[in-house]
Amino acid sequence: MSAILETKQLAKEFHGGGHTLTVLQDLTFSLAAGATCAIVGPSGSGKTTLLGLCAGLDQPTRGSVLLAGHDLGKLSEDERARVRRDHVGFVFQSFQLIPTLTALENVMVPKELAGEGQVHGLAVELLTKVGLKDRLHHYPTQLSGGEQQRVALARAFINRPQILFADEPTGNLDGETSDRIVSMLFELNEAAGTALVLVTHNLELAQRAQTTIRLRNGRRVEE
Amino acid sequence: MTSGTKRTTPPAWRDPFVWRMAWRDSRSSRGRLMFFALAMLVGVAAIAGVTAFGDNLRQAVLDQSRSLLGADLVITSRRPFTDQQVKIFQSFKGEMSEGASLSAMIYFPKSNDGRLIQLRAVPDVFPYYGDFTTEPPTAKDTFRRGGVLVEESLLAQYDAKVGDTVKLGNWTGVIAGKLQKVPGENIAFGTIAPRVYISVEDLQHTRLLRPESLARFRVSFRFPDTVNVDDLMEQVKPELVAMRLNVETVKERREELGQRMTNLYNFLNLSGFIALLLGGIAVGTALQLHIRQKLATVATLRCLGVEANRTMAIYLVQAMVIGLVCAFGGALAGVLVQRALPDVMRDFLPFAVEFSFSWRALLQAALFGLAFCGLFALLPLLPVRDIPPLAALRRNWEDTPKRLTKAQFIVVLLLGAGIIAFSVSQSHDWRVGLGMAGGLSIAIGLLALVAQGLRQSARKLARISLPFVWRQGLASLHRPNNRTLILLLSLGLGAFLLLTLRLTEHSLLHGLLPQNETNRPNAILFDIQSDQRAGVQEILEKQGLKVMQQVPVVNMRLQTLKGTAVDAILKDEDSEIPRWTLRREYRCTFRNTLGDSEELLEGVWPPAEFDATGTIPVSMEEGIVKDLQVKLGDELIFDVQGIPMTTKVVALRKVDWRRLEPNFFVVFPNGVLEDAPGFYITATFVATPQISAQMQREVLQKYANVSIIDLTLVLHTLDDIFTKVSSVIRFMSLFTVATGIIVLAGTLLAARFQRVRESVLLRTLGASRQQVQQIQFVEYLCLGGLAALAACFLALMANAALAFWVFKMTWVVDWLSVGLTLVALPSLTIIIGWLTNRGVANHPPLEILRAEA
Repeated sequence: MSAILETKQLAKEFHGGGHTLTVLQDLTFSLAAGATCAIVGPSGSGKTTLLGLCAGLDQPTRGSVLLAGHDLGKLSEDERARVRRDHVGFVFQSFQLIPTLTALENVMVPKELAGEGQVHGLAVELLTKVGLKDRLHHYPTQLSGGEQQRVALARAFINRPQILFADEPTGNLDGETSDRIVSMLFELNEAAGTALVLVTHNLELAQRAQTTIRLRNGRRVEE
Repeated sequence: MTSGTKRTTPPAWRDPFVWRMAWRDSRSSRGRLMFFALAMLVGVAAIAGVTAFGDNLRQAVLDQSRSLLGADLVITSRRPFTDQQVKIFQSFKGEMSEGASLSAMIYFPKSNDGRLIQLRAVPDVFPYYGDFTTEPPTAKDTFRRGGVLVEESLLAQYDAKVGDTVKLGNWTGVIAGKLQKVPGENIAFGTIAPRVYISVEDLQHTRLLRPESLARFRVSFRFPDTVNVDDLMEQVKPELVAMRLNVETVKERREELGQRMTNLYNFLNLSGFIALLLGGIAVGTALQLHIRQKLATVATLRCLGVEANRTMAIYLVQAMVIGLVCAFGGALAGVLVQRALPDVMRDFLPFAVEFSFSWRALLQAALFGLAFCGLFALLPLLPVRDIPPLAALRRNWEDTPKRLTKAQFIVVLLLGAGIIAFSVSQSHDWRVGLGMAGGLSIAIGLLALVAQGLRQSARKLARISLPFVWRQGLASLHRPNNRTLILLLSLGLGAFLLLTLRLTEHSLLHGLLPQNETNRPNAILFDIQSDQRAGVQEILEKQGLKVMQQVPVVNMRLQTLKGTAVDAILKDEDSEIPRWTLRREYRCTFRNTLGDSEELLEGVWPPAEFDATGTIPVSMEEGIVKDLQVKLGDELIFDVQGIPMTTKVVALRKVDWRRLEPNFFVVFPNGVLEDAPGFYITATFVATPQISAQMQREVLQKYANVSIIDLTLVLHTLDDIFTKVSSVIRFMSLFTVATGIIVLAGTLLAARFQRVRESVLLRTLGASRQQVQQIQFVEYLCLGGLAALAACFLALMANAALAFWVFKMTWVVDWLSVGLTLVALPSLTIIIGWLTNRGVANHPPLEILRAEA
C-alpha cells in the first residue's frame, strides 16, 4: 500500500536570545493509506510540533514532509492550505468549533470551502451518525464538551479526508465521554479508510493505533 | 501545486464561501460592530450635513448677491461728498441716492435710559434690491415717514415697544418696528453697536451730523441692465480710490461674503472632519478588537484550508458592509444636520439659506466615509493574513503587537494622503486644507504624546505599594492591548475643543474687565464740543465722578508720506502699504506726556527742542509705523482741515489697546493743534450700572450729541456675542463628543469579554464582587481622569498661546471650568463604563463565560 504521509530527516529548531532550541531531530517515518499511528511522549517532547509539521501547519527547519503526494516544503502557505482543504481532517483538543456557527454549519464549512453545494444532507447524516441529530442548530456554547468534540469529528470526516490529524482528542473530556469519542473516531476512520495520526498522553488510546511513535526531547525512542 | 486540488478558487470577492462566512461569523458581533459604526455614521452625517449646507450657502450668495449690497454699486467716504465727486457720480448715468451712518446715542424717554448705537440714515429708495425684514412687516416702509426702525435686541434691552418714542440728538421719533434682517448684514455682530434706521430727512432734524462727526457718507446706485458695473469701475475706480473713496460692487461684496462664509464653513468643516476621523478610528478599533476575539476562528479556518487572503476577505467584507451602512446611513442623517444648520447659524448669516438637497455633497461624504472606513479597517485586518494555522494547536499562541508591516505602512501612507485629499477637497483652498490636516495632526500628535507620557507615569505609579484595586486599575492603562490612546484621543479632542472655547471666552472678558481697579476708567464720553467741556465736567463732578482724562481730538488726513503724495501711493497698485492707513481720518491728540497705557520704544518724548514753528515732531504707535513703513526721522504731512502740517517722527510708542482709554496712532506736542477745530473725550470711572445710567441720562438730556461708551455694556454685548458663537461651536462639538462617547462605550463594550475573564478569574481566586467593581471603577476613573488631564493640559496650552500671540493679553485661567472638566469627564466615563459592564460581576463565572464565548 502506498504511503499517505512520509517524513525524512525532519527537524525543527527555534532561535531566540542567542540560543537555539531543538524541538525535533532527524525524524523519519511513513504512514500507509488507511493506517493508524499514535504519537506519544511527555510534555515538551515535540508531539504537537511533529503533528503541525506533518499537517503542513508549520515549516520544518530541515527535512521534508510528503503528504498525499505533495512535498509540503515546496509549497507556499496558500498551496499548503489547499492540500489541507482537499486531503486533511483535524480534530483538536479544544474542539476549535467556530463559535458563531451552528453545529450543522460547522460541519458544512469544509465542503462549502471546497465550493461544493448540496452538503446539507451529508452533514446531517454525519451528525446523526455521531448522535447529534437533535442538536443540529445548536451553537457550540449550547453543547457539552463531548458533543462539541463529536461535531468536530463530523466536520473532520465530511470531506472524506485521506488523513486525519487528532491532537489530544480526549484531553478535555471525562473518561466515559472519552471512550465514546475514541470509539467513534476509530469507527469513522475504518469506515472511510482514512489514515489517522493521533497525538496523546493516553497510553491506552495509543495502543489502539497500529503503530506508535514515542518521542523524548525531540527524538524518536524505542520502548 | 495543482494536482489533487478539486477546484480553482474564485477571487475572494466573488467567492460565495467568503460572503456566507462573513455573514455567519458576524452573528455574535453585529450589535457590537454596528454600535462602533454609529461613531462613523455620526462622522459621515456631520461632514455630509456641513458639505451640503456649504453648497446651499454658496448658492444663496449667488442667488442673492444683488440684495446683499442693496444696490449695484455703493461708494462711501469719511467726509461729505464734494461737488467734484458728485459730478463724477452723475456721469455714471445711474439712479443714485445718498445716506449716512454714524455713532450716536439713543434715548428712551419711557425708561429714562440710553446707549450708544449705529445710526443709519437711508434714502426712501434704498435698498434697490432686497428689503428690510421688520416686525410688523409694514414697518419697512412706515419708518421712512418720521419713524425709527430699531434692532430687536435693543428694544428688549430697554423694554421698549413699537409705538414708543425715542430721542436721537434733537429729534424725537416713533418706533415704527423691530428690525430683524438687513440685506447683506448679520445680526450677531450688530449687537456690538445695535443698528437704528431713520430716513435721510430725519437725520437733518437730529442735528447729529456735523463736520467733525465720526460719520460715514454713502451713495448707492442702480443701473439699467445694459450697464456693466464692473467694466465701469475698472475705468473710474483708481480715480475714486485716489479721492479716498471706498467702492464696493455686487461682485466685490459677493467675493467678500463668499470669503466670510468660507471661513465659517471651514470651521464647521473642521468639526465634522474631526468627527469623521474619530469615526474611522472607532471602526479601526472595533475591528481590531473583533479580530482579537476571532483568533481561534481564523486559525481553525486556516487549518481547514482557507487561504490567508480569503480569511482576511471574510473580515474585509464585514468591514465594508459596516462602511456602506455608515456611509449611506450617515449621508441620510446628514440631511438632518443640513436642515438644522441654518437655524444654528441664523445670527451669523446675512441672508436666507434655502434648503435643497445636494446629492453631490451627500454622495461625496458617503464615498469619503466608505474610503476612510476601508482604510481604517485594513490596518487591523492586514495582520489576519499572518495568523498561522498552528494557533489552533498552540492555545498559548499570542498575537504580540509587531511593527507596521510593509502593507500596513502603505495603508498608513494612503490614509495620510486620503486625509490631506479630503481636507483640500473640502477647503476650496489647498493651503487651508493642508493647514487643517496639519493642525489636526499636531493636536492628535500632542494628545498621543500626552497619552504616552501618562501611560508611563501610570506604569511607574502601579509599581509603588498601592492598594490592590488601585494597582489593578492603573495596570489596565498600560497593559498590552490597552485602549488608553484611543480613549484619550476621542474624549480628549472633544473636551479640549470645548474647554479651549470656554477658557478663551473667560480670558477675553477678564482681560477687558478692570478688576476692581477704580483708578482705571470704565466709561468714555466722546464728541464733546469745546463749549460743552465744562458742562459735561460739571455733571460728572456733581455725581461724584472723577474726570480721569480729558483729551482733545483733532481730525486730519495724511497728505504726503515721506515726500510722496498719498493720492499717488493709492494709485500705485504695487504699493504694499495697507489702503486703510492712507485713506483713514486720523484722530490725533496733543500732549507732552506719555499715557498710562503707553510705553516709549524709541526716540524721545516730549521732544526736547520744539518752539511751535517749523517741522512738528510727532510720536507714532508701533503698529501704524510698520503699516506705513516709516521710521524715526521720516516726514509726514497731515491735512488738518485744509491746513498742511509737516511732521517728523521723533518717538515710537507701544500702546496697550485693550485698555478702555483714549489711545492714538499719532500724538502731537503741545502748542500746535490747540486752535484747530475738534472735540474732547472724557474718561471716568463709574462704580455701578445705576450710577452709569444716571450719568448717561443727565449728559444725554443736556448734550444730545455726546456719545458714551460704557464698559459694562461693552462686556455685556461681548458676552452676548460669545454666547452666540459658543452655541455654534457647541453644536458642532456635539458631533465630536458624540463620536467620543460612542468610541468610549464601544471600546468598553468590546473589551467586556476580556474584563469578564479577568473578573471571573479574580472571583475564582477569591475576590469579592465589590472588589471586582472597585477595580473597574478605578480603571474608568483613571481613563476619564487621564483624558480630562490631557484635555485640560492642551486647552491651557492653547489658551496661553492664544492669549500671548493672538489676543496679546494677560493669561488668565478660569480654574472653575478646568475643575469642572476634571470632574465631569471622569464621571461620564465611570457612568458609561458602569452602564456597559453592568451585570458582569453579578453572574456566576461559568454562565458568563458561556454567554460571552
